[in-house]
Amino acid sequence: MQRIGVFVCWCGSNIASTVDVERVSEALKNEQGVVFSTNYQYMCSQAGQDLIKSAVKEHRLTGIVVCSCSPRMHEATFRKAARSAGINPYMVEIANIREQCSWVHKDIITGTEKAIILGKAAIAKVNLNAPLIPGESPVTKRALVIGGGIAGIQTALDIAEAGFLVDIVEKKPTIGGKMAQLDKTFPTLDCSACILTPKMVDVAQHEKIRIFSYSEVSSVKGFVGNFDVTIKKKARFVNENICTGCGACVEKCPQKKIPNEFNLGMDNRSAIYIPFAQAVPKVATIDPNACNMLKNGKCGLCARVCTAGAIDYTQKDEYIEEKYGAIVVATGFNPISMEKFDEYAYSQSRDVITSLEFERLTNAAGPTGGKLLRPSDNKHPHTIVFVQCVGSRCSVDSEKGKEYCSKICCMYTAKHAMLVRDKYPDTEVYVFYIDVRTPGKAFDEFYRRAVEEYGVHYIKGMVGKVVPEGEKLKVQASDLIENKQLHIDADLVVLAAAIEPDKSARGLATMLTASMDTNDFFTEAHPKLRPVESPTAGVFLSGTCQGPKDIPETVSQAGAAASKVIALLNKDKLLGNPCVAHSNEEICNGCSQCERVCPYGAISYINKEFKMPDRSIKTRRIAVVNPAICQGCGACTVTCPSGAMDLKGFTSKQIMAEVDAICR
Amino acid sequence: MQKISRDKLIKKASNLLNSGIVRCVLGWKRGEFDYDITPNVFTTEKELIDDFVWNDFCGANLSKYLVSKTQGVDGKILVFLKPCDTYSFNQLLTEHRFDRERAYVIAVPCEGMADINKIKQITNEGISSIEFNEDTLSISTLYNEEPIKIAYDRVLSERCLNCKSKKHVVYDELLGDDGEILESNRFDEVEKIEKMSSEERFEFWQGELSRCIRCNACRDVCPACTCEKCVFDNPESGVENKASANSFEEKLFHIIRAYHVAGRCTDCGECSRVCPQNIPLHLLNRKFIKDINEFYGEFQAGEKIGMRSPLIDYTTDDIEPNEAVNRRDS
Repeated sequence: MQRIGVFVCWCGSNIASTVDVERVSEALKNEQGVVFSTNYQYMCSQAGQDLIKSAVKEHRLTGIVVCSCSPRMHEATFRKAARSAGINPYMVEIANIREQCSWVHKDIITGTEKAIILGKAAIAKVNLNAPLIPGESPVTKRALVIGGGIAGIQTALDIAEAGFLVDIVEKKPTIGGKMAQLDKTFPTLDCSACILTPKMVDVAQHEKIRIFSYSEVSSVKGFVGNFDVTIKKKARFVNENICTGCGACVEKCPQKKIPNEFNLGMDNRSAIYIPFAQAVPKVATIDPNACNMLKNGKCGLCARVCTAGAIDYTQKDEYIEEKYGAIVVATGFNPISMEKFDEYAYSQSRDVITSLEFERLTNAAGPTGGKLLRPSDNKHPHTIVFVQCVGSRCSVDSEKGKEYCSKICCMYTAKHAMLVRDKYPDTEVYVFYIDVRTPGKAFDEFYRRAVEEYGVHYIKGMVGKVVPEGEKLKVQASDLIENKQLHIDADLVVLAAAIEPDKSARGLATMLTASMDTNDFFTEAHPKLRPVESPTAGVFLSGTCQGPKDIPETVSQAGAAASKVIALLNKDKLLGNPCVAHSNEEICNGCSQCERVCPYGAISYINKEFKMPDRSIKTRRIAVVNPAICQGCGACTVTCPSGAMDLKGFTSKQIMAEVDAICR
Repeated sequence: MQKISRDKLIKKASNLLNSGIVRCVLGWKRGEFDYDITPNVFTTEKELIDDFVWNDFCGANLSKYLVSKTQGVDGKILVFLKPCDTYSFNQLLTEHRFDRERAYVIAVPCEGMADINKIKQITNEGISSIEFNEDTLSISTLYNEEPIKIAYDRVLSERCLNCKSKKHVVYDELLGDDGEILESNRFDEVEKIEKMSSEERFEFWQGELSRCIRCNACRDVCPACTCEKCVFDNPESGVENKASANSFEEKLFHIIRAYHVAGRCTDCGECSRVCPQNIPLHLLNRKFIKDINEFYGEFQAGEKIGMRSPLIDYTTDDIEPNEAVNRRDS
């Protein structure tokens, strides 16, 4: 029999104004097991907690019900108070009479009635509560960062600086990501490469960081503190430990007509290539789909010119197994495909380009050496039309694009427009927009400078159609403020394509059992209070894999993710959540249904021998829950047909008792 | 009448028994009456010759017996499975209820099984013997001088009239020729009930389920009900031996059972066959199957070993929960 104390909080006037707290504490006095009931102004205050502690001593309480705000707010507070009073923290139940009661009711009579019912349900549950003790598991003091863009780089550096080992897995031959492809960065217009490459060098030189470039994560098992990860190191046919990055092979390679991914296909590279001058690691990679030697055994020039002897045509994919305590996802983004937006004639004219392609066109290391020339005829464009929100902020039923705002386009377009006007004042620049969104430090000033100082024509309205005609691009658009149709003969049209998560993220999310939203952005554990943690323990989020972000935001989130990782790796042991599922092996059939619904892969099966009443031995397959992986979601408990699965702290009996109490 | 002969089955089983390939044989034998055919384990050729039965009353699905019969003893068990039984066999394997290696499946083609209740409606009680002819059954009763001849298709059981498959989805050996998966009208009856108003529907089930005597035969025969401990036998579950507060509560037994087997029921129809009160229990299961098909695409439990039922699977194409309600209301 429990001895339960009930503590009703006023929460100042938050609860007390629509709930008669006096009546609640009085009404709950007579519930089963209740030996003490009171109310107080702020139960979460030190005085409130002391009230609980002294009541525990005075009335020899074994269980506590706090009628207050959401357990998300103060469950931990009251559990700690209970522990310091000598009660198991899991003997505390919260009846949420604020968010789910006082805040939603205007009438004190109904509010009070509901608060009493919620209190009764919590008391009914505590009557069936049992002390729970969390398990412990060790922590592997190494972190894995998936993705080597600016997010991954910053996270890795911050973790390494704290003294922990970090591995970066990057699927491309070099780290650097999208930021390495950018020309200037808003709002300060410093050169992207100039601020990124020192960080890339730092990563390469850091004794705590290993880079697995041209590699992918192929499997993830285990749980927070103890992940077992297999990394597939794709064959690059170059021994990266020997290659000096001299580039002799690249020069001699006869196969030079391969579209260069780094310049978005606007120029060509050779079959053996180094993506860009500051690549890290600066080693060559052979494209097996393009290399004559690998395709038909004829060539071998690169091996002959390589003085280091680094070329190895027989190299195979290599699988590396490593243990990690924490995993950071930093898989980044890509512009969406323009194929569904052919009204802008992207597929019809080479002079209709995306903004990322524009970055390469203005970049000194790009295909034109930084001169703004039209891709079709290498002529200088005199009229440029920028189209905003191509695929962003689409209507819900639109099958073409994304509902969300890609966030970075307004700013980079202002940057592009300003840079064009600065370098080529003879160029007319039009920007068509739905809204210009510039929240951010020095962002709006930046945009206004583009309009006011640089004379960029900002026109509220959308472009309806782009038609290539001779050397010109006929742009039909509407000006919503002047309420008229516009026809512009443009030389170059730049589309601010929406950004979307990298395609590899979906498969990765499945491996990590990390959840995603409908747009394949990783979801965070709490959108406001835990923005860099995934709901899966030990998995953290850095950069645009979680949502559209610009560089400063990405870097700060990367640092935040790192600090969470550091806090985790700094622990020697992890205390688990004791509210986990467990299977009653007497009843379990081993039917595997629970295993199939478990989103965390926490359930496995063993064959166990059971002594039967007639002294015979029966071997049965039964489910076993790994408490370190289980997150206590309860999917297994509702799936189990025989009721063998139950959730500690939320047993079927407890939940039924709550329902019964509410229906009484 | 079944095309494949009893002798052929006995010969096959005897050979396998005598050569030591199988330890015993799961088959059928006569119960109290000619039409009362019941599952049995045979361990010798003599037992087979004396007692083994194969006729139009061998409706019993033997797959479930493998769960208990493979326990504790070594060696393979020969089991005769009709096409519909093979689905249950696969479903049991999907749920790891026994070891595939322990079973030796002989696939027996089936021409459909007779429903004794339909026969009794024609002949009345007092059936003393039944003779099987090509297209007719000759029924002798205590109250008729001459045997009554009934065309076979008049007494075919409902589940066989709406047979979903003459194809065995698993076997080690096939006797005779295998059939095809059939287009059946098995959901017609469900559709009729769906079209009722909610009051009519409640009335219908009230009428049917109020006859239930809670003998548990439906559960005990069901190949999907192989829990170590059924919730209805478990005092911890909160639904065991609960005295019903009103006539509706008794129905909850069947509704809970239908939920428990949803996505796992192969529609073998054993529940309705064994019900002493002739409650059409299979209709509850078929409603679930129909809904699953409509919500998640065609799914036949037990079609393959290891199939993932839509109810314990998640895909991004899954319908939203409110969609079911919207469809019902529209």
